[in-house]
Amino acid sequence: MTEPTSPVPLPPVPLLDVRGLQKFFPITKGFLQRVTGQVRAVDGVDFTIHEGETLGLVGESGCGKTTASRCILRAIDPTGGEIRYHTRAGDIVDLAALSPAELLPLRAEIQMIFQDPFGSLNPRMTLLDNVGEPLLVNGMGNRGERTDRVAELLRLVGLRPEFMHRFPHAFSGGQRQRIGIARALATNPRLVVADEPVSALDVSVQAQVLNLLLELQSRLKLTFLFVAHDLSVVRHISDRIAVMYVGQLVELAPTDAIFRHPRHPYTAALMRAVPVADPRVRTIDGILGGEVPSPAAPPSGCYFHPRCRHAEARCMQETPELREITPGHFARCHFAELWPERDAA
Amino acid sequence: MTSDTAVPLLSVRDLRVSFTLDDGLVRAVDGTSFDVMPGQVLGIVGESGCGKSVTMKAILQLVDRPGKITNGQIMFRRRPPGQEAGGEVVDLALLPPKGAVMREIRGAEIALIPQEPMASFSPVHTVGDQIIEAIMLHGHRWDAGRRITRAQARDITIGLFRDVGISMPEQRIDAYSWQLSGGLRQRAMIAMALSCKPRLLIADEPTTAIDVTTQAQVLALLRDLQHKYNTAIIFITHDLGVIAQMASYVVVMYLGRVMEQGPVDEIFHAPAHPYTRALLRSIPGLTGATRTALPVISGTLPHPFNRPAGCPFHPRCPDVMARCAEAVPNLEPVGPYQAASCFLHHAEASAT
Amino acid sequence: MAEGSIAGVAAGLAAEDRIAVASNWKLVWWRFKRHHLALFCAGLLIALYMIVLCPDFFSTQNPETTDARQAFIPVQSVHLFDDGKFSPWVPAIVGKRHPVTLRMEWQADPSRKVPVRFFTPGPVYQVFGLFESRLHLIGPADPTQRIFLLGSDRLGRDQWSRIMHGTQTSMTVGLVAVALSVILGVVLGGLSGYLGGKTDQVIQRVIELLQSVPTIPIWLALSAALPRDWTPIQVFFAITVILSLVGWTTLGREVRGRFLALREEDFVLAARLAGCSRMRIILRHMVPTFLSHIIATSSLAIPVMIINETSLSFLGLGIRPPAISWGVLLQEAQNIQTLALAPWLLIPGVVVIVAVLAFNLVGDGLRDAADPYSG
Repeated sequence: MTEPTSPVPLPPVPLLDVRGLQKFFPITKGFLQRVTGQVRAVDGVDFTIHEGETLGLVGESGCGKTTASRCILRAIDPTGGEIRYHTRAGDIVDLAALSPAELLPLRAEIQMIFQDPFGSLNPRMTLLDNVGEPLLVNGMGNRGERTDRVAELLRLVGLRPEFMHRFPHAFSGGQRQRIGIARALATNPRLVVADEPVSALDVSVQAQVLNLLLELQSRLKLTFLFVAHDLSVVRHISDRIAVMYVGQLVELAPTDAIFRHPRHPYTAALMRAVPVADPRVRTIDGILGGEVPSPAAPPSGCYFHPRCRHAEARCMQETPELREITPGHFARCHFAELWPERDAA
Repeated sequence: MTSDTAVPLLSVRDLRVSFTLDDGLVRAVDGTSFDVMPGQVLGIVGESGCGKSVTMKAILQLVDRPGKITNGQIMFRRRPPGQEAGGEVVDLALLPPKGAVMREIRGAEIALIPQEPMASFSPVHTVGDQIIEAIMLHGHRWDAGRRITRAQARDITIGLFRDVGISMPEQRIDAYSWQLSGGLRQRAMIAMALSCKPRLLIADEPTTAIDVTTQAQVLALLRDLQHKYNTAIIFITHDLGVIAQMASYVVVMYLGRVMEQGPVDEIFHAPAHPYTRALLRSIPGLTGATRTALPVISGTLPHPFNRPAGCPFHPRCPDVMARCAEAVPNLEPVGPYQAASCFLHHAEASAT
Repeated sequence: MAEGSIAGVAAGLAAEDRIAVASNWKLVWWRFKRHHLALFCAGLLIALYMIVLCPDFFSTQNPETTDARQAFIPVQSVHLFDDGKFSPWVPAIVGKRHPVTLRMEWQADPSRKVPVRFFTPGPVYQVFGLFESRLHLIGPADPTQRIFLLGSDRLGRDQWSRIMHGTQTSMTVGLVAVALSVILGVVLGGLSGYLGGKTDQVIQRVIELLQSVPTIPIWLALSAALPRDWTPIQVFFAITVILSLVGWTTLGREVRGRFLALREEDFVLAARLAGCSRMRIILRHMVPTFLSHIIATSSLAIPVMIINETSLSFLGLGIRPPAISWGVLLQEAQNIQTLALAPWLLIPGVVVIVAVLAFNLVGDGLRDAADPYSG
């Protein structure tokens, strides 16, 4: 007996489907805390992440990438939008709408790796307690089983299990980052949000941690949301890249496509701004003038138009939508089809 | 200027700086030597703990206790009044840190662009006032020995603001540092550093705290200004990309020692030291394969109290030999302008 | 990257293993040990608290024994050696009436030696109210004699013994008042910092109100309100409560600030994301992190309390005789005549200074040692 199957393979349900995510922070004034405005830190962000893939989220400081990732973790509560998550049990839930109590069982499935290897571990607890805490509070195993699991996790991230009775102060930045990764993996998560996990590390350590993340991903079938500002790092680790500017996505595409054919002038400028480690290739031309506008008072029309070399009258009035330019390649520009040929001109 | 370029402006020889802490002695800089030519951009690159920032502090005589310069020379060629070239040579390492000569050199002849411009401006004075103050203090740099008036200094400041690309300089000169954005603040800091026409500019990770597009603007500006004023710059950073784009000559440091130095093209395309090679291989680029394992430098940075004997890099070195653990290799020439401290190249030298 | 922090980059080195497995308290102790002055003061405070535990053992006689014939006897200093042999003695005191003023004038006579012994039997006293003992640290070899190591007051009471008992009262007031302040400060400051919002607003306004009231008048008013017929013990506790009611505000502010700062720490967020309950985050992650600071702050608050108690009692508004405290003892030295006549009555003031300095130095040492992760 065979099970009835659908004639065409259905597209897989994404692990995470973010729709219209918004997070506004009120601006208050005076003694009575009157609300006088809104900082639109994240303003209508849509993206999906499929199981086993890495989505890189890049942008400059203040673009809302960290706020967006914290909303997905429900470290902060989003103002609007849906965060549809496909649970291990097979249900689809909206993380944005869950109460803290309903969220609790899902905490084990979505974990985070922090930027600062010095602030993210409790200095008063040993590695055993730091790494084992998610197991303890989620009621996974007794003390003996937890100790075994911590030893296994430390081995997994390339540290000696004997270290588990030490305190975090005994470790270097790179080693602490490994400890942080071990803690994030303790509960066997499916989605790991990594917030600038290598930007505080030295060059040689950065490579070690990137390699570890890639290895862990293929071994444990992990899904990463990789938030970073460094384009070369994001390019190295991501399957697809989303670029944010002033609280919005301006471009979303597979890594190869976005680097070969950026469809948004901001993405192109960002790439040209990266100092390439080759003196024969002159990159930084400093051609992108101006500065990132404040999300409390964004410009009219296209948010990028005051800095865009190709801005036209239409860009100042009409706000462009995020459109699919080629299959899987989205961009928020009225002239996305003309890029990058237009930039070369 | 012609004969001048062959004589170094700053010459550091066997500099050693150590910190006596309760837990032991940290040799932060352990025998560093390099030269800075007039008008040259020298990049010092290295990971944390390599001693690049301490070297910079030693040049400015700003090493705080318990740190101490224990050995070495920092020969700096002072500018004779009213002239651009030549000048007497002083050993900065011997000058009293708070003495009049050092104060005169600091700020007027050697200027610093710090990492965090926010901390470098006083929040209670306008940015303009602070620069005007500096110009008036060292006024003779602008008017051949004569004192200049406040109005003149203000005009000079506005001119400097224009030079560093601050729009509306007449208004911005009266702004406070906290009213300026990160990029503008860094530009104002550069204007401040240039205000006394220094011969040498030390930029200590000047773009680490700012965003990539702003970083590109600041780096492009520094490049333009360097061409315009022909100021020598020591550019200290951990970012190999910034070094490749900015420097003409590169010093690679590791655990307080110079591993390799040479012209930027040689360092990036023909590195002679295993550390330089490994470091260059380990950075992800904008081209090349993605999602593959990067070649890494094995092991971890040793604890500062526990420096390895012999070559400091030998426990992590892929080409380690028996003698690396026994003796410290000297910096030996490996090319016309390139030198490396590695026994791989000593062997060649002794064979010939 | 945290170069020069005491532990630094350490893993894998045998010599560093000791630091690697050292808990926070060990690190604090290691750092505190380097403060030699603070360490010495800590020893001094331990000695003072030994006196608090059992002042009678350290006294030579009952502090209440009066004898008008032995008023204003000067200090009898202890000599340990007699003719090169260990045999402690004090010079006897001989009195002569001044022919004009008719006042008794006492003179030490080193030729007449009163032998004293250590760990010698003396007047009976109760230990913790449980059992009786006659053993004293020091006392005259002949128990019927009286010696005045720090002189006597106008009623002929032995000042040494009175200081011992005063130490018990004053040091306890300081400790208990600070303990109460810490409880109030941590609970209210913690609520204020963790809950935020309306609770925070209310608690902060209360703190501002309490801090804006001038302290001396409020103490005056509160202690004047104490019924006159209360026993010294009741007055004693009332004074402690009054002191702590005003004293908790500073600590409350500090705790609130720590909570606000810690709420933003990555490791607290990590604990939240791991699924920790609010209680667990507070007790396991936040409180241990600032506990060392609380201890340091408290040890700096104790001397303030001691000074406050002393001032109140000195003004006759705090602890009242027959209870004995440093302030009560200093009351004896209130008029200039007594001072000219019997300067040794100022010795309780020296004790106050020593105790307060010791607390301050220990507090400073603790504060510096409290955060082993900074610099």
